[in-house]
Amino acid sequence: MTPFTRHTGKAVALPEANIDTDQLIPARFMSRTRAEGYGPVLLHDQRHDAEGRPRSDHPLNRPEAAGASILVTARNLGTGSSREAAVYALADFGIRCLVAASFGDIFAANAVKNGLLPARIGTADNTRLLDHLTAHGPAETSVDLERQEIAVGGMTIAFEIDPAWRQQLLNGWDDIDLTLQHAETIARWTTDDRERRPWAMPATSENSD
Amino acid sequence: MAETLFDKLWRTHAIHTEPDGRTLLWVDRHFVHEGSHHAFSKIAERHSPVARPDLTFGVVDHYVPTRTRLRERMEPKIREMIERLENNTQRHGVRLFGLDDPRQGIVHVIGPETGLTLPGCLIVCGDSHTATHGAFGSFAFGIGASEVAHVLATQTIWQKKPKQMRITVEGTLPPGVGAKDIILTIIAEIGADGAVGHAVEYAGSAIRALSMEGRMTLCNMSIEAGARCGMVAPDETTVAFVEGRPFAPGGAEFARARADWLALAGDGDAVFDREIRLAAADIAPTVTWGTSPEQAIPVTSPVPDPADCADPGRARAIADALDYMGLEGGRPIAGTPVDRVFIGSCTNARIEDLRAAAAVIDGRRAAVPGMVSPGSSAVKRQAEAEGLDRVFISAGLDWVDSGCSMCVGMNGDLIAAGERCASTTNRNFRGRQGPGARTHLMSPAMVAAAAVTGRITDVRTLEGT
Repeated sequence: MTPFTRHTGKAVALPEANIDTDQLIPARFMSRTRAEGYGPVLLHDQRHDAEGRPRSDHPLNRPEAAGASILVTARNLGTGSSREAAVYALADFGIRCLVAASFGDIFAANAVKNGLLPARIGTADNTRLLDHLTAHGPAETSVDLERQEIAVGGMTIAFEIDPAWRQQLLNGWDDIDLTLQHAETIARWTTDDRERRPWAMPATSENSD
Repeated sequence: MAETLFDKLWRTHAIHTEPDGRTLLWVDRHFVHEGSHHAFSKIAERHSPVARPDLTFGVVDHYVPTRTRLRERMEPKIREMIERLENNTQRHGVRLFGLDDPRQGIVHVIGPETGLTLPGCLIVCGDSHTATHGAFGSFAFGIGASEVAHVLATQTIWQKKPKQMRITVEGTLPPGVGAKDIILTIIAEIGADGAVGHAVEYAGSAIRALSMEGRMTLCNMSIEAGARCGMVAPDETTVAFVEGRPFAPGGAEFARARADWLALAGDGDAVFDREIRLAAADIAPTVTWGTSPEQAIPVTSPVPDPADCADPGRARAIADALDYMGLEGGRPIAGTPVDRVFIGSCTNARIEDLRAAAAVIDGRRAAVPGMVSPGSSAVKRQAEAEGLDRVFISAGLDWVDSGCSMCVGMNGDLIAAGERCASTTNRNFRGRQGPGARTHLMSPAMVAAAAVTGRITDVRTLEGT
């Protein structure tokens, strides 16, 4: 995973609440492998009309949004389905940082696992930032994870993130490697657990087949 | 110190805690489905084996067709998704409830049905509706593909302990009102992000009075309020449901399990970070009018009018949702014509749900087309034994096989653009049931009422129900 420390890029506003993961990546595109790339289908049904033509009036399709790497929305971004493909679509589109007043839990966890920063800001700041970007268009923005600050157009906005997620993004470690270091502890724990909760194992096959 | 149900579940699964609070938790059951292919690819890249194939169970549900089980009749893409899961589970020695398995069904229906879902267990699946299993007093939550890969490789998961919320519903539900109405009312009250960062425990006399099916419906939609998980403490209703299930403990082990499970209920003086209280008597049959589950109202209410909303952001959100849904603010929701109905999904396709819908439809004709997809192949067999299939078929509805089907449309069961569907499912998101589809979430009885009248209808106003 690519570590995230500080990122400067173009921020684009999508001033909507409750953008769910079904919108971020409609289910019908989810059978593709990652190698096929998910970027073109990000927010597909918002960004395209019924005939599949790109909608020129969508904030992400406008020429001034080209190359955007920071997405700002209203509250509850990524609510709904646990599909990590929603994050793949954002990442493959070029997004490194997400800014909103709240996030879907699973979505935010998925973002961190893929090196995308979910930066949570206050409701008033969320409105202020969306208004600024809507009025002035996509703008160069800096996001500093160590200081937990977003700087754009003379504004400095503090953001929140779980300290464990912050650390994970800063060091870019792989979870599985970390966990395997605890293999002995896990093995001891499972032996004890068999005594504590003998019923927790599925019944053996002769009972079940 | 006094502990909640959740504290006890957390403590009994915590293997190791880092200084920053990240805790490594043991996973008792891991369910995988066709959508888990990204995770299997990830472990293949690392050449990792599946750590505990004996605790990992696969099922075809997300992509499985509901109108044929014959491979040669399936779309190549769908068949490929099913075969990918077959190959991955076979390679790693994971048991699969496949196309021809009598136990096949929606993962959150078959877990409880087979006795794989037990109180006091930690259960994960790459599906957000995993919260369903919390109905048994288990800690169950949905995870993304990276976490699925982690669980496959280690049988553990890292979590920070969430805050805790108790939602208490006291009293007796009015006739015609059920678990779906409770949860839609809760989500409308606290918002689609109202429980983000919280483990939710449902409590109170109205919850205790619910069957296991009802508790599953309730916990299932915890995620629609943003909760990490939703739970009901195990009681005699729980124990009675679990006893005798194929994978559940038997004999002397069951007695031990029963005692342990009943001891999981929270201590009386345990403290929650947040408390929500509702009176059961105030809850009415509830339907969604918009594109988020929080946009739900009693069927007796008018649709919100953006003109009545002082906050410009909220007013615009209402106007956008009304525009997508083709509705007018201020008009009653009841009477809105629907184009079709769907009875299915992990939320409301268990036997009790099918009985409730059939009771309304029995002896009537459906005014609109619709589909009934039982939650599992076992539910389908039971419903057929009870003659419920004849009720639906005689009314003119399609009786099909089990799968996620029209709730998510991955298998091709879709609603046409602009069509309005009364649905027993869990998400009324834009395009969820197909691009441009308009979804109204409601209970099985309410969907049945919509089927026979062709309009959104208060089921209590139908004669003879």
